[in-house]
Amino acid sequence: MLRFLIKRLLLGALTLFAVSLVAFGMFFMLPRDAVATMCEKNCNAERLDRMRDELGLNDPLFDQYTGYMKGIFVGRDLGSAQGGRCDAPCLGYSYTNGEEVTDIFARVIPVTLSIVIPAAILWLGLGIGLGMLSALKRGTVFDRLAIGFSLTGASMQLYFVGGILLIVFVYTLKILPPPRYVSLWENPLDWAAGLVLAWMALAFLFSAVYARLSRAQMLETLAEDYVRTARAKGLTKSKAYGRHALRAAITPIVTIAGLDVGGALGGTVITETTFGIQGLGRTAVEAVRLGDLSTIMATVLISAVFIVVANIVVDLLYAVIDPRVRLS
Amino acid sequence: MSMLQIETDPAGMDPTAVPVAPERGMVGRSPGRLAWERLRRNRTAMVSGWIMLFLVVLGVSAPLVELLYGIGPYEQFQDRIANNSLPLGYLGGISGDHWFGLEPKLGRDIFIRLVYGLRTSLLIATSAAVITTAIGIVLGIVAGYLGGWIDAVISWVIDFALALPFLIFALAVMPTVTARFYGPRDEIDVPFRIAVMILLFAMFGWTGTARLVRGQVISLREREFVEAARASGAGLGHILFRQLLPNLWAPILVTFSLAVPGYITGEAALSFLGIGIVEPTPDFGVMISNSLDYMDGDPMYLIIPGFVIFLLVLTFNLFGDGLRDALDPKSSR
Repeated sequence: MLRFLIKRLLLGALTLFAVSLVAFGMFFMLPRDAVATMCEKNCNAERLDRMRDELGLNDPLFDQYTGYMKGIFVGRDLGSAQGGRCDAPCLGYSYTNGEEVTDIFARVIPVTLSIVIPAAILWLGLGIGLGMLSALKRGTVFDRLAIGFSLTGASMQLYFVGGILLIVFVYTLKILPPPRYVSLWENPLDWAAGLVLAWMALAFLFSAVYARLSRAQMLETLAEDYVRTARAKGLTKSKAYGRHALRAAITPIVTIAGLDVGGALGGTVITETTFGIQGLGRTAVEAVRLGDLSTIMATVLISAVFIVVANIVVDLLYAVIDPRVRLS
Repeated sequence: MSMLQIETDPAGMDPTAVPVAPERGMVGRSPGRLAWERLRRNRTAMVSGWIMLFLVVLGVSAPLVELLYGIGPYEQFQDRIANNSLPLGYLGGISGDHWFGLEPKLGRDIFIRLVYGLRTSLLIATSAAVITTAIGIVLGIVAGYLGGWIDAVISWVIDFALALPFLIFALAVMPTVTARFYGPRDEIDVPFRIAVMILLFAMFGWTGTARLVRGQVISLREREFVEAARASGAGLGHILFRQLLPNLWAPILVTFSLAVPGYITGEAALSFLGIGIVEPTPDFGVMISNSLDYMDGDPMYLIIPGFVIFLLVLTFNLFGDGLRDALDPKSSR
């Protein structure tokens, strides 16, 4: 198990390294004039050149890359125009916001996690539950409804669902406040009330996909010989299906859930923009609009970290659920 | 040679799956014909196919629709907009002249903008699907047939591309690429934006098809007809594209038809976030993004474009599902 873990961690680190190279290379492709968009009013050639110097854009590419990486692990000095000393993990300085990117992220990541984690619990529970049940009740009205639900959800757009939810609950029924973020530790009730629409929108769309997947998976498993054998031996329905079939059917779904973190991150970008909640996604969209390159670069890296970590966790879970993985 | 020709019947997707032996008095039916008949019996697929076709024709013939409808996508009807910038009349200003009502503030006709939006969306989605499918086929077939280090490299690239978050990457690519070609204050041309979006989809979208084709090729490459072709001295190109490819059309067709709605969604999402199509070009994503400001006063402005894009994606998805069922009757949904 330990060897498996180490191998997995090394592979993850390699992927992150490759992502950082790609992201960095992409930003290096930029023409130097992009600095001009970051320069505030009354910008002149001298000022522009000083900014480039401070951003390190005049250094060789290799030095820029190592400097950036050094900043993440041990911190570095960014120069007076960028707020001076930047402690690890330093992700650079955002000119448009006038603060270190790390500080911005420390503020917005809890918001995004508050959206994604409850939503993911909802969509996994709802999706897998619905899929399993409709497989067990194949051909009934319930099954047909579940199929209809997943087809609708799979063709819906997040911002459309989000907008409809806003129109119904906030503007027409007026039973919910406009979406906003309140810290969970401050007031759990406000936290839930402000984010529940975002959870619902995400959960509806994503659970549709999982309902469909787990239904197909469960149907396949139910047709296996060992499930029939278990039933023939006299195991009750709930034991044979709940213990034998469920465990086999759920493994591939866990993998897909892990691979889907990228999709979920993309989902929060749209959700946050629709509901006007200032999380990681909306920050990234605003950074793009304002040409705030250091924030965009950091967003790419952070998202890649989320994805790689999620994949490692999934592989470990997989190894726990399915012992064969550990041995191979 | 005649044996080879039977094996590589261009319409056949799996030569062993459907044995068609001409019986007494019966006309032999090709696998393609059988699939078509199965598709025609599937009512859901046929209905959604017709709606899909209608929407596509509507989008493609947008200028003609404009001529018949008599209103252009950029015309403003300020006299029908109230002081609070909402359209006059009920349901967002729906009337005999303006079938789907008017946009708040600018007072442009929603119906004709949707028709043009359909055209933009379909143009981007189908070109992206064609390009990604082509790249996916070539790389998948090469990786699957050649194996070895070429397969290892292509597979690693696929895994790597899957590890990148598409939307976040798109957010990063759009400004960097436009900054490369345009100054900070320049107006960015619409064709350029469309090209960058298609490029983005192409960069990320080919992996699915490549994986699928690779898997299929691995199971096909040891078959007798490939061996026979190799034995009779066929070149690599001939084996890949004349022998193997004709056996892959069915799964490729299915992934293609399911890729299109995916790109329709993707295009609308990018435009919604302000990194795809921008005002004043008519587009679903832009319309919905604008409508969020008027949700309280004019909900129809959100509901109509939202419903049209839902219908478009749903019919494409249902038709794609039907196509899969028809081409591969063994698969269960």
